Parts: sequence; structure tokens; C-alpha cells
Amino acid sequence: MSPSSTTTAPGARPVLVAGGISDSHTWNLVYLQLLLEEHGFRVVNLGPCVPEELLIAEALAHRPALIVVSSVNGHGYHDGMRTVTRLGEHPELADVPAVIGGKLGIAGPCGDEEADALRAAGYDAVFDDSAEGVAAFRRMLDGLPQRALV
Amino acid sequence: MTGVGFGAFVRRAHDAGRLVVQPRMGMSSPERMRAGLLATRDAAATTVGTLTLDSYTRVGDLESAKLAVLEGVALNGYPLVSHERETTRKVLDGVLGPGFPVQVRHGSAAPQDIFRALTAVGLDASEGGPVSYCLPYGRVPLRDSVAHWAASCELLAALRESGAEPHLETFGGCVLGQLCPPGLLVAVSVLEALFFHRHGIRSISVSYAQQTHERQDAEAVAALRSLCARFLPDTEWHVVVYAYMGLFPETEEGAYRLLGKAAELAVSSGSERLIVKTVAESRRIPSVAENVAALEYAAAVAARTGRAPLEGTGNQTYAEASALVEAVLNLDDDLGAALLAAFARGYLDVPYCLHPDNSGATRSYIDEDGRLCWADIGRMPLKGIADVRAAHAVTSADLLDSLSYVRRSFDRYGPGGTREPQAPAPRGA
Repeated sequence: MSPSSTTTAPGARPVLVAGGISDSHTWNLVYLQLLLEEHGFRVVNLGPCVPEELLIAEALAHRPALIVVSSVNGHGYHDGMRTVTRLGEHPELADVPAVIGGKLGIAGPCGDEEADALRAAGYDAVFDDSAEGVAAFRRMLDGLPQRALV
Repeated sequence: MTGVGFGAFVRRAHDAGRLVVQPRMGMSSPERMRAGLLATRDAAATTVGTLTLDSYTRVGDLESAKLAVLEGVALNGYPLVSHERETTRKVLDGVLGPGFPVQVRHGSAAPQDIFRALTAVGLDASEGGPVSYCLPYGRVPLRDSVAHWAASCELLAALRESGAEPHLETFGGCVLGQLCPPGLLVAVSVLEALFFHRHGIRSISVSYAQQTHERQDAEAVAALRSLCARFLPDTEWHVVVYAYMGLFPETEEGAYRLLGKAAELAVSSGSERLIVKTVAESRRIPSVAENVAALEYAAAVAARTGRAPLEGTGNQTYAEASALVEAVLNLDDDLGAALLAAFARGYLDVPYCLHPDNSGATRSYIDEDGRLCWADIGRMPLKGIADVRAAHAVTSADLLDSLSYVRRSFDRYGPGGTREPQAPAPRGA
């Protein structure tokens, strides 16, 4: 991980990493940045508590290969819904996949029903914070185009 | 130092030989919040109450908080600003009093609305700080946070005119919770206490969050006390220890052992107050019953631990913290401006913090003994003071390994291993 929160490998479209709107946790975002870099992606890490407007502005500026929203404070479901709904208002971002993961409910992991609702609202995938969730996230990364050759 | 308020309550308990224990606790429902405060008050321990606010209120998204109140959606804390004042007065009625002070915990870089709301319902204790509630918590520019916190301190300090003694606790002894060497934690805690003092607050607590190594933690608290004695005149101050703020053990045994170590650290270092963590910490927001069990367990461990504070000025943490505090104070007579200059120059630089105003040139690691050390001091003025050992590039697996060091260490002992009894001690123990 570079000292700056934006890594500078040239070429490919970056992955945008963002904490939930009201989520102040950082370690999940640092971990995701390292993991994404190891998978050959350039990362723009927006840090914790990312408002929808900022995420949209950064997405329009960077045209990322992927948007990753991570939340562990229990507001992930509601915050994630708001974010993906706003992203959906921008047709120019329609081809940018967006995924969400973490501890998404106040009582721990969110249920299947909520995960389905998040997918229906526009997320391409929903991951919980279990080992299986991380493994599924890695498999998805391996399947994405736009990876830098490192 | 009028003998009233949060600080005086903690001082009296300490003088009577008791550690004050406190939960983190916040529910959006007023009835559940009141029940939580009552359960805290009635626990078999010397307690103070907590209103932990929800994260919408923390980030200033009062519209979402209000909407949740109207629609009855559960939040991860008590929306103090959005509930009617009368609602909160009823929550506190007959609970809040000289024998049971209540503190508002929030995490906001712009707490004016929160401070107005808390003073309007008869509260006068809170926590945070211009650095520690800005850098780790989002994207508010540090310059704005410093201005907001100056105004907020003064708003709270105005209560002194009516005979109250408002109290603020620094969150600087925690910052990101993990992987920050104690020299920087202690320095930020002291600098935030000084900031509160310069803006009129005279009852202050300084925090220190339990880290990875018992002896290093004991030295850090001793260093913190020595620096407060040196820099905080005419102030009623005490030290609050936070039970480990990183990835918590997943086993009940491990969680209680770690909490027990935090209680031992608090008492043996001469600290006055402890904020507990629970067995549920690794999975979700704890229930009231889990919090009460944690309070009673910590109080029981505290009751059988003796005070044995170390000398404070001879250790590595004191050397680093005192160098950092002096370097920052020398940057500008105005402490707010000095803090801004310190981050702009990298004199203060929190490892792994993603905030745009943090240089991000420092790195830390856990050494083979479990101590937190510097791998890179960036531009912090610690050359010749910190023992720096450059580490190899950190991978995601290395990071997880470091982040889970404490969890691993405390989960290691299964039933039959060498561990202390984990069940809460009987009442009165």
C-alpha cells in the first residue's frame, strides 16, 4: 500500500473503495485496498463516511472498473440502499459494476431478504464479512476485466 | 473544581478506592435507552451512564435521524438531537443525578448541535476532540473540525457561569483503535486536553486505549499522567482507560480475559475510570444485559487489583509523546493553528489513517514481544528518539494478522487452558 490513499499504477481503470455514508470504520477499507492491489487493481480509496454526492463525483471523474462499498456499523443496508439508488440516477455509470459488503445490519449480518433487496436496487453482488464472503469477493475480482498486469 | 459534575463524581470514587466503570450504550427507542441507563445505574459496580448517539447524528445527517425517529426505524444509537427535548428529559428523569452522571458519546467533528441538545436536557459531560473525532471518522477537513471544536468547547464551558462543571474526555488515546504506537496516542490525548483547557473547560479526562502489550500500556498511562501533571494546571483531570478497541476475541473466555486485563491496567496504573467491552463485541452491538455483565466483571477484577503506578518520565512512550507535544506547541501560540501545522508538516501522522489531511507516511508493526513499534516515522520529529525498524511491504494478509493479533492471543486458551475464571464474580465481590 502506498503512503497516499490513491495508488498510482498507470493504465487500467481504478477500483473505487468507499465506506458507508454514516460508517466511520477504516480498517475494512485499508484491508480492501491492499487486497485489490494484490489482485492487480489501482485503488482510489475515498475513506470512511462517504456521502452519495462525493461517490458519484468521483465515479464520474474516474470511470472505475468497479465500485466497492464497505460497511460494518450496522447502517450498511439503509446507507447502501441510498447510495445505489443515487448511483442509478446516472446513466453514464450504468456500465460500472457496484458491490457492497460487510456487517450490513444492526443485529450482525443482514438476511437473505435484505441481500436480495440490495441486489434488486442495483448492486451486482452482496457479500457478508465471513471467510466465505471474502472468498466470493476474491472470485469476483478474478473474473473482472481491466486488471493491470503486475 | 466545585465538587459537582462528572469529573467530581469520578474523583470521589477514586478517593474511596473504587474504579468507575462505564459502557458504550445507545438505542434509538427512548424506553429502551432509559432501561439501559437504569440497568447501568443498578449494576453491582460504581458506574456512570452513557448515551451513545447514532451515526446519522454523528455525521450531521439530522434529516435521516429525524426520519428514522418518525418512522420508528432502529438506529445504532440514541438520536439526541432529533428526539424532542421532553422525550430525552423523560429518559433521564429520576436516573440522572449527583450519584449517577451521564455522558454523551458521539464521534462528531462538528458537535455544536449535540452540545446544545445535551445542555438543554441538563447534561454537561461529553467527549471527543478536534483531531480524534475528525481524522478517523470521515472527510470533514481538519481545519473545520478545529473551528467546530473550539466553538463547541466554549458552548459547553459557558455552563460554568451557572455553577456547573462541564466535563470533556479526549478520544485522542484511541484514534483508529489499533496499530498506533502509544507515543502518538498519548501525545494526541494530551494535546486535545490542552485544547479543551484553552477553550475554557476545567474538568477533563484523558483517554488511553488498551493496546497489544501489558507493560507498554502501563508505561503509556504513566507517561500520560506525567504529561498531564506537567501541562494541565488548575484543572480537575483523570485518566479513562478504554478496553481494547480493535478486533475483539470471539470466545467468551477470551473476551472476559481481555476485559479483565483492561480493568487491571486501569487500577494498577492509578487510572480512575474504565470503558468496558463485552462478549458480543466481535459480532454485533451488545445488549444491555451483556453490558451489565461486562461492567460487573470489570468491577470485580478491579476490586481485587492493587494500585501500583510506574514512574512516568523514564520510558519510551514518555520520550516520544513529550517530543511530539513540545514540537506541536512550538509551532504556534494558537493550539488549533499548531495542530493544523503539525498535520500539514507530518509532525503528527496517524499510521493507516485515510483522511486527506493526514500525511500517511508513517507505519507501525507489532514486534515479537507484542509491543507496538514504528516501522516508519515519516516526518514526525522522533529521529533519535523512536526505535525505527523498517518493515517489508504490508500485504492484506499481514494487515489482518496484525489487526487480529490480540483476538488470536486471547482466543488461544480453550477450556482447560490456563485462564482466569471468566464468569462474573458474585455481587459484592
